[in-house]
Amino acid sequence: MTAISPTDQAAARATSIVAAEAQAKARLRKRHALVIGLRLAILVVFLGLWELCADYNIIDPFFFSSPSGIWEQIWSWVTEGTSQGPLWLQIYVTLEETFLGFAIGAVGGIVAGIILGRNKLLADVFSIYIKIANSVPRVVLGSVFIIALGLGMASKVALAVVMVFFVVFANAFQGVREADRAMIANAQILGASPMQITTSVIIPSAMSWILASLHVSFGFALVGAVVGEFLGAKQGMGLLISTAQGAFNANGVFAAMIILAVMALVVEFLITRFENYVVKWRPAPFNEQGT
Amino acid sequence: MQSQTMAAEKLSPAAPPTDAAIAIDDVTLRFVTPDGHMMTAIRDFTMTVARGEFACVVGPTGCGKSTTLNLVTGLLRPTTGNVRVMGNPVTDISRDIGFVFQADALFPWRSVIDNVAAGPLFRGTPKAQAYDKARDWIGRVGLSRFEKHYPHQLSGGMRKRVALAQTFINQPKILLMDEPFSALDMQTRTAMQDELLGLWSGLKSSVVFVTHDLEEAVALADKVYVLTAGPGTVKSVYRIDLPRPRVMADIRYDPKFIEIAKVIWNDLREEVQLGQSRGLQTGH
Ligand SMILES: Nc1ncnc2c1ncn2[C@@H]1O[C@H](COP(=O)(O)OP(=O)(O)O)[C@@H](O)[C@H]1O
Ligand SMILES: [Mg+2]
Repeated sequence: MTAISPTDQAAARATSIVAAEAQAKARLRKRHALVIGLRLAILVVFLGLWELCADYNIIDPFFFSSPSGIWEQIWSWVTEGTSQGPLWLQIYVTLEETFLGFAIGAVGGIVAGIILGRNKLLADVFSIYIKIANSVPRVVLGSVFIIALGLGMASKVALAVVMVFFVVFANAFQGVREADRAMIANAQILGASPMQITTSVIIPSAMSWILASLHVSFGFALVGAVVGEFLGAKQGMGLLISTAQGAFNANGVFAAMIILAVMALVVEFLITRFENYVVKWRPAPFNEQGT
Repeated sequence: MQSQTMAAEKLSPAAPPTDAAIAIDDVTLRFVTPDGHMMTAIRDFTMTVARGEFACVVGPTGCGKSTTLNLVTGLLRPTTGNVRVMGNPVTDISRDIGFVFQADALFPWRSVIDNVAAGPLFRGTPKAQAYDKARDWIGRVGLSRFEKHYPHQLSGGMRKRVALAQTFINQPKILLMDEPFSALDMQTRTAMQDELLGLWSGLKSSVVFVTHDLEEAVALADKVYVLTAGPGTVKSVYRIDLPRPRVMADIRYDPKFIEIAKVIWNDLREEVQLGQSRGLQTGH
């Protein structure tokens, strides 16, 4: 039997820890690759089946299109332009309406939510009207806006605004109401004025509620803009869809849909980046720790 | 009475002198409950804290301890009676007051240094000066290495240290503490009590420290108020003449300390039992 000196033991332990760490990292990488691989496989199988069914007329490509048909349509829009002008212009117009509507609706919703959340009397008085306004099916307002504001951008922006406003308002209001009472009292005693309490306690603590609503409501703004264009417009992705629909061009409808989905995903990604930047003080959720 | 020979001298609740730091004079406070009933939280409550004095308040849960502190801050107004702070009636939240809460009241979106600098910044101190001061206070509570950390990255004891620095940076003449250490484990609590006494001896503020832990009260205080089960009123007041500076880890084995704690516990026990049996009846 030989004695092992403590330093030998420590060194051995250190190397075994390094080895274990490397192993764990390799396992994580492997799993990550597996997830991505499976995702790609599902996409390929889905598109392949769709294409095959269309080729063998199991589903009618006239109604349900096919991946190759959609791709050809997108390619022709990119290279030759659409019947309403270049594709990028349609995307630009729709995005502009969406962003304007989103910005106005979100700012309005946040401001209204904070004011009503901070003032019990105003909240009690206005809550009934907000409930009523919220129960109106908002897409119907699109027609009203087209009549009142014309075929230009204003009517689409207005529809996007009402789609966004109520969602953001409801969340901002709730976030303000849930602000921790001890934290507010603490700020008050530390010397904060009511305005300082709003800016440095209420708004930060409502921030995670507000950001959650921004995720959802950007999609709503896009729906508002597209539906507005659908109901009557001179430019935009919505018009592209309604033109394609009028011509029974299923490829066109699907192609426009996919372009819209990509737009939404890109913006969603940007909002998530912004959110992570703003709430970096939050502890990582358990399932993300250690990755 | 034998108590004269001991370190715990029972005092008679006298009318407050006018130069006291805190004077609560014959105050009753009723709440209107959400279903429209009146509920008495504290009644005929009289308490005085002299300048530089450390007073502890003990009593069963729900007897009105937090309510008492909120009367001093001005967040609650008495139904009858009056409250004076530094000789003046309480009208608004006074700049002289600091408050350490039971729950975590740090701002989770601010780093340690931003949390500690909050008070001076709210009060209009220039930024550079506020942060210099904050750095100094963070050093005094031993957290210099953690300036940039967020509260969720700290242990419970460290968060309490941040809370102490956040409160002490305003150099409050009146320090109110509502069961500040009750959520901490035994060792951390003892360390925090030493920390508190150290900071307090540098500042000599007048303190009201609420706790339901009698030993904590005796170990820290110059004067202990025992409250009755709710609606709370002062049952008895004891002066604690244990010498300072006190070392928390040792004081609880001091025979004098044990003797005092026993005497006061005799007073407190029936109130705690009463509070508990009432709590069971009302389902609290
Ligand atoms: N805002 C309030 N409205 C109604 N009742 C309250 C309110 N705050 C406290 N109370 C009641 O007053 C009593 C004393 O409360 P509190 O001072 O918090 O007790 P303690 O801090 O001693 O546990 C309790 O019975 C509590 O339910
Ligand atoms: Mg309490």
